[in-house]
Amino acid sequence: MAEYNNNSELRYLTPSAVDLNKKKYCRFKKAGIKYIDYKDPEFLKKFLNEQGKLLPRRLTGTSLKFQRKVAQAVKRARHLALLPYVTDMLK
Amino acid sequence: MNHYETVFILTPVLSDNQMREAVDKFKSVLTEGGATITHEENWGLRKLAYPIEKKHTGFYNLLQFDAEPQLIATLETQYRRDERVIRFLTFRLDKFAYEYAEKRKNNKKEQPAHQVELIVEEPLIVDEIIDEEE
Repeated sequence: MAEYNNNSELRYLTPSAVDLNKKKYCRFKKAGIKYIDYKDPEFLKKFLNEQGKLLPRRLTGTSLKFQRKVAQAVKRARHLALLPYVTDMLK
Repeated sequence: MNHYETVFILTPVLSDNQMREAVDKFKSVLTEGGATITHEENWGLRKLAYPIEKKHTGFYNLLQFDAEPQLIATLETQYRRDERVIRFLTFRLDKFAYEYAEKRKNNKKEQPAHQVELIVEEPLIVDEIIDEEE
């Protein structure tokens, strides 16, 4: 495998060095946040797309443990009309 | 005994006194059921993200309390029977949520100090304007 990676023709198929350096990380683990508050809709909007849907982990980099907590918080906020269930142009 | 948090939204048609009366009613439901209220917050009139019962605003109220699990059912039936409540949410605080709630409670107490700082800054700006006019 190592030989293939060194081959100049195959180098284009692997992701460029810029992408490799930007390693995703879980912001909750890094900052030591243990509880995600549903009362702060502005913060929760970081994990939603423009239609108000939850963004997948592969885009936000959140770990599974905290993705579940984010989902819980977003659902509580939606129930209390702090966040919309459906919308357009949230941001 | 568990730690609980409850938020309820009251209709915007109520006057200030009627709202306080409604909040007191639910507080008495809790205290009579053997709960101790640890924290209380009034977020005031807020815009709703989507209309509920054709209303676009509501009075938000938050209560934190310690109670036995059986009391939650009585509290929620009271919410459902009361026409002034348009939405409610009650849940148990786990240990992380409880830590966060305690921190939040202490931050709320410290807030008045920040307001004092802001007032001090304002006269300085006024002085500058007067200087320019002269």
